[in-house]
This record gives sequence, structure tokens and C-alpha cells, in this order.
Amino acid sequence: MLARRIIPCLDVRDGRVVKGQRFQAIKDVEDPAKLGKIYSEEGADELVFYDITASSEQREISLEFIEKVAATLQIPFCVGGGIKTIQDFGRILRKGADKVSINSAAILNPQLIKQAAEVYGSQCVVLSIDVKQDPDQSYRVYLNGGRQKTDLEAIAWAKKGVALGAGELVINSMDQDGMKNGYDIALLKQITDVVNVPVIASGGAGKLSHFKDVIQKANVDGILAASVFHYGEIKINDLKDYLSKQDITMRI
Amino acid sequence: MNVILDYDVGNLDSVKRGFERVGIKSVISKDPIIIQAATALILPGVGAFNEAMKSLRQSGLIPYIFEHIKQNKPLLGICLGMQLLYEASEENGYTEGLGLLKGTIKPLNIRLKVPHMGWNQLIFQKPDHTLLKYIQEHDYVYFVHAYYAATNLDDVIAYADYETKIPAIVAKGPIYATQFHPEKSAAVGLKILQAFKEVIS
Repeated sequence: MLARRIIPCLDVRDGRVVKGQRFQAIKDVEDPAKLGKIYSEEGADELVFYDITASSEQREISLEFIEKVAATLQIPFCVGGGIKTIQDFGRILRKGADKVSINSAAILNPQLIKQAAEVYGSQCVVLSIDVKQDPDQSYRVYLNGGRQKTDLEAIAWAKKGVALGAGELVINSMDQDGMKNGYDIALLKQITDVVNVPVIASGGAGKLSHFKDVIQKANVDGILAASVFHYGEIKINDLKDYLSKQDITMRI
Repeated sequence: MNVILDYDVGNLDSVKRGFERVGIKSVISKDPIIIQAATALILPGVGAFNEAMKSLRQSGLIPYIFEHIKQNKPLLGICLGMQLLYEASEENGYTEGLGLLKGTIKPLNIRLKVPHMGWNQLIFQKPDHTLLKYIQEHDYVYFVHAYYAATNLDDVIAYADYETKIPAIVAKGPIYATQFHPEKSAAVGLKILQAFKEVIS
């Protein structure tokens, strides 16, 4: 059986991790490779590094961290944030990342998904989708880090992204993000019901049972979380032990 | 010297580091002189079978692979590098492979999600094989592939269960291969490379 994946997400700015308070005492933990290694040793199945460096020039320098991460980790990792072109894909993969995640650029130019899948293979093309529910209950896609609403409906966009060649979806629920009330199971279930690629849930983790619920009720393949790990509220090995006891397949 | 064959298929640094972590000194090379002197050859690979086979042909390295095998020196194929060792693949049409192993690479026509991407368990077919000596049955390794080696289980050392039996580690004479990425499979992957070190020394 394929194990469900637990994926910590780390924000990187100017090549340094924006760290949580759990790690205040650890020296130089802003080093993406060092923090990545800590998570890997705690049982993370994969890591996502999300580059939030403001300008594209600075990002070029910021992305130098990828080589160091690749040299340190022995688990797969994905890099996202600010990817606009097929050249960006190439640059990041050549530095040693296993996957590249795209969001706004795919909305503005859906052919980028297809192009990237053809050149580098679907397995490394991750489509990340920011979703917020409208007052009429429909799920809308947002771009530019959730600042701008689009006309796209989330489930339709997820299907289209997969048809174009995305090999994995990360669904970020903006309504749940930071609320610690659990994942948006209704949204995620609608997506896992209609696509045949792995779906990763993001946004809403607060306690152990939230992870169990989203796997059992929405059948997601992986779970991404940031703050509960960074602030030490949940330890990855404790989480995996707990899920394993709930009969969820985990790599322990 | 362990030589990782360079035929222009992406980043090979993580593969090289995997071997070096267990103390197998390795170089990435396309130089026939270095390849002919290799004690062991590593055939990596990512992407589509037909494209990779094309690159491999254009590299001119295929005769050296055959010569290496003829001298009974060990070769390890990884991921797509494993698939290239078989007779042919049905990915994007029909492409002939190296034919060093019997079987054809076929699409995973299953109900489960494709690609088979993530951590899956190894089920031992030949529990006493040297490559398995440092790992346990049901240990997890990292897979990412949409096609698999459709072959009888004669050469299969371990497989993964994913609706169908996916050959995960195969061995025949001096030829070894893994469908998963040992260099991305954390401690378990390193233990397999550690065992490979004993095979080649």
C-alpha cells in the first residue's frame, strides 16, 4: 500500500527560512537545508519550499538554497513561488528539486502546465490552487497569493489542470488557512472524486484528528501543513504514530 | 571506480551523492575511456522511455554498456534506467530497449492513481538476496513512475504491491536494477546502496 504523505511546507525569503518559534533556540535554523534535515529525520515524507522573495532578481539569488537542500536531503522535495516560465522549471529542476509547484502562472497561461509536463514529465508538475468559497457556496480560484479573485471554479480548474498534465494537485483552502479548525473536507472530496492524480490538502490543520478526518473522509494522498509543525504544536513522528493507529498507512 | 553514465538526462548529483554517502567513490561521465575502466556502471534515467533511449543511442555509450556486461562487471539501473534494460517499452508508441532483461515496459492500467508516486513497501520475492541484507520486508522506498516492467518474477528480488505486482528490485547475473529511487528513499535507500557496495567490491 502506498503510504499517505506528511509534507511540511517551509517559507523561504532571500534564501532563508522564515522560521517558527519552535526553533528559536536552534542556531542557524533559517538554513533551509538544516531545517529540512530536521524535518526529514522526524519522519517528513517530502518537503515543500515556498519562495516568497519579493523581486524576481532577488529570487534568482534566493533559489541558490535548492542546491544545498538537494545535497543534504534524501527525500523528495518541491519548490514553489514565483515560477513563471518553462525556463524557471528547468532552472529549479537542474538545481536538484524533484518537483516544481505553479499557481498564478498556470492560471494566466494554462499551456505552461502542458509544456512543462511534456518537457519534464507530469510527475514534477504540481498545480497549486488557492480556493475561497463564494457567498453562493461555489468554490472560486484566487491568484497572486490569494489577493485576486478569478472567474475560475475550483473543481473545474483542478480537472483542467490534470487534463493539461499536472501530476499532482495542492489544494489550499483560504477559508480554513490559519483557522486551525480542520481541512475543507467538502472541497477536497469533490476534487479527489474527479481527478486520478494525487491530491494534497493544505490549510486548516490544528490538531491530530484533523489529519485523520481529511484522509478518511476526503481520501487525500498527502497533507501539507506549516504552522503546526513550525510552532511545535504537532511533532511529525507523533502525528504519524497517531495516524498509523487509526489504520492509515504511514511510512514509519 | 563506480561510473554514473551521463547521457544528458537531468540532474545526476543526487544519484552520485547517494553512492558517496555509503562510501562508493563515483564519477558522472560520458568518456568511453573512463567507462571502460569502470568497476561498476550506473544507468540513471528520468522522463519518457523513447526520449531517454534516443539520448542513450546518440551518446554512443551503448556498446560500452554491452562490453561491460560481457565482462561480467556489475551494472545498476535506476528508475527509467531500469526500464531501459528491458526489451521494449510501450510508452509513446513502441521503442526497443537494451534487451538485457526479458520483459516489456507497459502502462499501469489500474484503478489506483497513476503515476505510482510516493512511498510504498517492498515485498520480498527472494528474501536471501544480498541487496536485501540490510533492510526488512515492508520497508518503504520512494517510487515515481507511470509504466512498469511487465515480466515474470524470475529476476525479481522484491516487488511493490499497487493493485498489480510492480517489480521493484531485479537482478540477473551482473545486472541489478531498482524501479524506485534509492537516493531519495531516506535510510532504507542508503541501506540498499550499502548492500550494492558489497556486491561490487
